[in-house]
Amino acid sequence: MTETTTPNGFKLDTSGQRVVVDPICRIEGHLRIEVNVDDNNVIRNAVSTGNMWRGLEVILKGRDPRDAWAFTERICGVCTGVHALTSVRAVEDALGIQIPANANHIRNLMMLAQHTQDHLVHFYHLHALDWVDVVSALKADPRATSELMQSITSWPKSSPGYFRDVQARLKRFVESGQLGPFSNAYWGSAAYKLPPEANLMAVSHYLEALDFQREIVKIHTIFGGRNPHPNWVVGGMPCSFSLDGTGGINMEWLNLVSSIIDRSIEFIDKVYIPDLKAIASFYKEWTYGGGLAGKNLLSYGEYPDVANDWSQENMLMPGGAIIGGDLSKVHEVDLRDPEQVQEFVAHSWYTYPDENQGLHPWDGITEPHFELGPNAKGTKTNIEQLDENAKYSFIKAPRWRGHAMEVGPLARYVVAYARGEEEIKDQVDGLLHDLGLPLPAIFSTLGRTAARGLECSWAAHKMRYVFDNMMANLKAGDTATANMDKWEPETWPKVTKGVGHVEAPRGALGHWIHIKDTKIENYQAVVPTTWNASPRDPKGNIGAYEAALLGTPMVDAEQPLEILRTIHSFDPCLACSTHVMTPDGEELTTVKVR
Amino acid sequence: MGIQQTFYEAMREHGITRRSFLKFCSLTAAGLGMGPEFAGKIAHALETKPRTPVIWLHGLECTCCTESFIRSAHPLAADVILSMISLDYDDTIMAAAGYQAEEILDQTIAKYDGNFILACEGNPPLNEDGMYCIQAGKPYVEKLRRMADHCKAIIAWGSCASWGCVQAAHPNPTRATPIHKVITDKPVIKVPGCPPIAEVMTGVITYMLTFDRFPELDRQGRPKMFYSQRLHDKCYRRPHFDAGQFVERFDDEGARKGYCLYKMGCKGPTTHNACSTVEWNGGLSWPVKSGHGCLGCAEDNFWDRGSFYSSVTNLNVTGQVEATADKVGGILAGAAAIGVAAHAAASVVSHTKDSNKGGAQQ
Repeated sequence: MTETTTPNGFKLDTSGQRVVVDPICRIEGHLRIEVNVDDNNVIRNAVSTGNMWRGLEVILKGRDPRDAWAFTERICGVCTGVHALTSVRAVEDALGIQIPANANHIRNLMMLAQHTQDHLVHFYHLHALDWVDVVSALKADPRATSELMQSITSWPKSSPGYFRDVQARLKRFVESGQLGPFSNAYWGSAAYKLPPEANLMAVSHYLEALDFQREIVKIHTIFGGRNPHPNWVVGGMPCSFSLDGTGGINMEWLNLVSSIIDRSIEFIDKVYIPDLKAIASFYKEWTYGGGLAGKNLLSYGEYPDVANDWSQENMLMPGGAIIGGDLSKVHEVDLRDPEQVQEFVAHSWYTYPDENQGLHPWDGITEPHFELGPNAKGTKTNIEQLDENAKYSFIKAPRWRGHAMEVGPLARYVVAYARGEEEIKDQVDGLLHDLGLPLPAIFSTLGRTAARGLECSWAAHKMRYVFDNMMANLKAGDTATANMDKWEPETWPKVTKGVGHVEAPRGALGHWIHIKDTKIENYQAVVPTTWNASPRDPKGNIGAYEAALLGTPMVDAEQPLEILRTIHSFDPCLACSTHVMTPDGEELTTVKVR
Repeated sequence: MGIQQTFYEAMREHGITRRSFLKFCSLTAAGLGMGPEFAGKIAHALETKPRTPVIWLHGLECTCCTESFIRSAHPLAADVILSMISLDYDDTIMAAAGYQAEEILDQTIAKYDGNFILACEGNPPLNEDGMYCIQAGKPYVEKLRRMADHCKAIIAWGSCASWGCVQAAHPNPTRATPIHKVITDKPVIKVPGCPPIAEVMTGVITYMLTFDRFPELDRQGRPKMFYSQRLHDKCYRRPHFDAGQFVERFDDEGARKGYCLYKMGCKGPTTHNACSTVEWNGGLSWPVKSGHGCLGCAEDNFWDRGSFYSSVTNLNVTGQVEATADKVGGILAGAAAIGVAAHAAASVVSHTKDSNKGGAQQ
């Protein structure tokens, strides 16, 4: 039987031609996608495979919990800092540490800066080439490009001469015969819909954004010493304020932060958002890629406005879960509840004693177990085709109350929209109005891409709000950045556990930690791409990538542009998603931390 | 190590006729949807000096090296990619995917055999027959070996490629292995750091392109221009170390005065890197300047040298005497009066010299 229906309502048909795309480029890490297409080149089955495993949780066992942020930060250098923050939050939770107000402001600023920079780089450098034909830009009329640009934005770099210069540079590059990263791609494909002028505009901004993104991350450099991989500390932040001294952050650096915020807002609102709208307007009929988006969405909520208050009411971007596409109800999410977040490995290259059962991260066990199914083609070290009925990915299958969930900017936006957040509603409704689209249009590849753009703008503006609050706090005389009361391991309980969460650019991220005798007894991370790139679970529910690809027609099955579009709209991060924790049979006594 | 041979010369060397070469140019132009006049321009460019091809591979890593690279302020990453090198393969930014991406590797070997630079980010795992890092269905280590066979030289970006880094930390479950332990017959330039500083990365590349040779390397294979000093040697907080003035807790009075972070576990005294001179993100700051000790991320096996918050021992403080910093700092702090007196005496001598000199000139 080649046609089946999954418990979560998707029809799969494996009878058609199998197309393998490996590597999926313009992502972080190593991902493989296999699809079956029918006679009309419509995708009828999809298989998502995480191609790497690094074993960081095994490595964390036995180490000082205060060091864990540095290890976990190296899970991902693209969304740098997100694991570090999740880790210090998990340790602080386990140890009952309250952080100072300024530390909370600085962390929020750093995470907002991360979202702003990461979304910008994703749109222009990882995603745009799915929509923008670089070579077509050579045919553009610079004057018409200028008119197009000036009709949608007041960004100053928009003269005919500017676009003529960019085009001349591009021409010299192409004429060199050395196309570098643009080699062997899909230029000229009928899947590209933009006129040459829009392509030239986007190529110009590809270069401008590559230059500007360097500025945004300087917020990390000031507070964390560098980027990528800034420094953090359990209990607060390692930087100090020294408003009238010479040893810490003073007015000069604060002015730089403020200036970066202003410039970020301007670049996002005058370049990114107009480009997003312009490009989307040419692809409005490309409505594919919804998958789980119209069904199950998950967000943990982020940016505590007041330090140490984790209620959703206190979050600048409140979270929750949407089930079955019912926007009238946002479910509360409890990461401590063993019945809520669970991971399965029936189709993952790990082994459990009972693979029909899911395990809560605090109780999780994982052991790598690489094997191909009986219907796989090729050999163990030369895989031609995977067997999705067996184990087929280094990614586990996380589920919330048994449901496969989509996470990321679209999930955050839909959850916040459903909660009635005014700012979010205004942004979403405004964009849909400008494009002449109804609300359900956001449950798509384009909707995911649009939500990321809107969130980039939102995050840039929120940096201003957080910065102003921090300055008010400093003015009120509070300059503390770290609470060191429980820095010494002698002050810690003998056994404790904690959970930390962050809304990373790619979605909901959680770390679960066990501490025993001042050392890490167990560590588990469930990351955004684990949710989205999830393989099937024991019941056969498919994950967000696999679901989103179904039903998409390809112009040419040999050119995987449509697959790239939808997969890139999730912004995959495979180094994040492929991890394990140590096999650990030991049951610890339950310690309630809060 | 110069890569002076043009693409046309390389093709002739491989027995390709001029006729076939021009046909290749026409096909390239047609593939881009361009007319015949474009083929002539491509032929001209390929007959003159081409940009050096670079193949940038990713093994087990976190992509922080690529992210750092695009932060470069001078030169800008766009200028390096568009005008200095030809970044023909880099799965993080390339437009193609799947077999179209992998074909570029075959084309590179055919066109530039022995004439391209292999840039390695991350490392290959050797356990499970290499299948803890799968690319196009095969172990990454195979791809690495194949491209290394045909390249001119290898740049090992970052601590993963240079030393092993985080996935190679104890117990190294995947047997992640640095490049020089897998590829032993090609020169490997190590540019360690987790990640390396952006301007160090672009500095290494532009040095090679400008001077047509490798930068001078130390015994470990690191460019001396960036890795021959310890952070401690040029640290702007060094006077506080010498004076025995230490931060004892994050955000304490000492932290607010910019005292030395040695007691907070700073690994600056044992770390060779350019953070205290080049600094990060356009020279804005670096970890110590923003209040956290150095993690030692450019050093071999830095993950397994105890907690990041425990002080280093056995460091060479003066360049002559082996002693622990605790001892030196302790001596200096304990004998503050003597130290100050000695320092004052030295200053007097120095001042007198200067005065004499000044006097002579008058």
